[in-house]
Amino acid sequence: MSATWIAVLVTAVCCYALKLAGLTVPPRWLAHPRAQRFATLVPVALLAALIAVQTLGRGQSLAVDPARLAGLGAAAATLLLRAPFLVVIVAAAGTAAGLHALGVA
Amino acid sequence: MAETSAEPAKRAATAPEPAKRAARDGVALGLAVGTSGLAFGAAAVASGLSPAQACVLSLAAYTGASQFALAAAVAGGGNLIAGTASAVLLGSRNGLYGLRLASLLGFRGPFRLLAALGITDESTAVALGQQALGRPGRAAARAGFLATFASLYLTWNAATLAGALGAGHLGSSDSFGLDVVGPAAFLALLWPRLRDGRTERAVALAGAAIALAATPFFPPGLPVVLAAVAALGAALLPAAGGAGPGPATSPGPAAAGPGTGAGAVTATRTGAACPAGPDGAPRGAGGRPGR
Repeated sequence: MSATWIAVLVTAVCCYALKLAGLTVPPRWLAHPRAQRFATLVPVALLAALIAVQTLGRGQSLAVDPARLAGLGAAAATLLLRAPFLVVIVAAAGTAAGLHALGVA
Repeated sequence: MAETSAEPAKRAATAPEPAKRAARDGVALGLAVGTSGLAFGAAAVASGLSPAQACVLSLAAYTGASQFALAAAVAGGGNLIAGTASAVLLGSRNGLYGLRLASLLGFRGPFRLLAALGITDESTAVALGQQALGRPGRAAARAGFLATFASLYLTWNAATLAGALGAGHLGSSDSFGLDVVGPAAFLALLWPRLRDGRTERAVALAGAAIALAATPFFPPGLPVVLAAVAALGAALLPAAGGAGPGPATSPGPAAAGPGTGAGAVTATRTGAACPAGPDGAPRGAGGRPGR
């Protein structure tokens, strides 16, 4: 077995194990209020970080991509209008695609 | 889109309306985001992974950031041990999601083994978003999670295969605006919590700031994991008495982006007045006075 295959399999097994570990942590470990707060707030922090990095990041640098920013802006605008989830997604993708088609970014 | 959502809708035929809506959202998001598997498949093969290796990663690791990280390590001709380690480190965020999902979804027994595979940014966001969207209850969270898992898993793996076999040149998903689907979906699913929760808003801003600040210094993916520090800070702060670093609840409703430095200052101030500091009780706004 090649070294690359070993790396692939170890990555796959460990990534799955991490998912399972989080899901099977005994409830009493999370009984402490602070642990509970951490578990509740962690997705908020990570998803917000993803929004920022996927919008403004390009590899290891930060770059302003007008089409992406406008797409996210369209999402925010439709959210302010209390649009349903799917409308938000379509508005964001449509705005970004339209600007790409016009040659922006 | 109507056809594709028929499957989970049928399964949830007897389920109440919220579960159906949650499933529909999840299916749509999975289909849109899954297409980025094309980019992974193409990148993996260009890096020197075989199509089979690319597919095994998508089938079993099933977490985009880790997969791209390993491909990048192979491409660099670099150290496979370091590459594997960074891929696994990136996978740790799914473990953190699992902590939250365990009580929310309440899966037991063998089914939990399957559900674990389905933990991704997207399925977590959809599951957590249901309550905020006014669809409380376990049924909606489960329906959203499983629908996202099913549609994203199938699309991601089919796209990986297609990309690995050379379909990557069909066009960048950017040209269809699909690169903004993920951020827009995460924003939509976090929105109600950001609107209503002062602590949540501060944690989100701090997490975003940490990730952006870290981006130039760390390989892609790691800055997002580092953003967990924002949640840790907010969880520890009440008892830490201001000693905790960085992100804290900001007093103003229109809080300026709390850089880590400014966060410590506002934390001290909040601690003094302590109107609704981060208390032990989850979502408990006006909790215990003092600390």
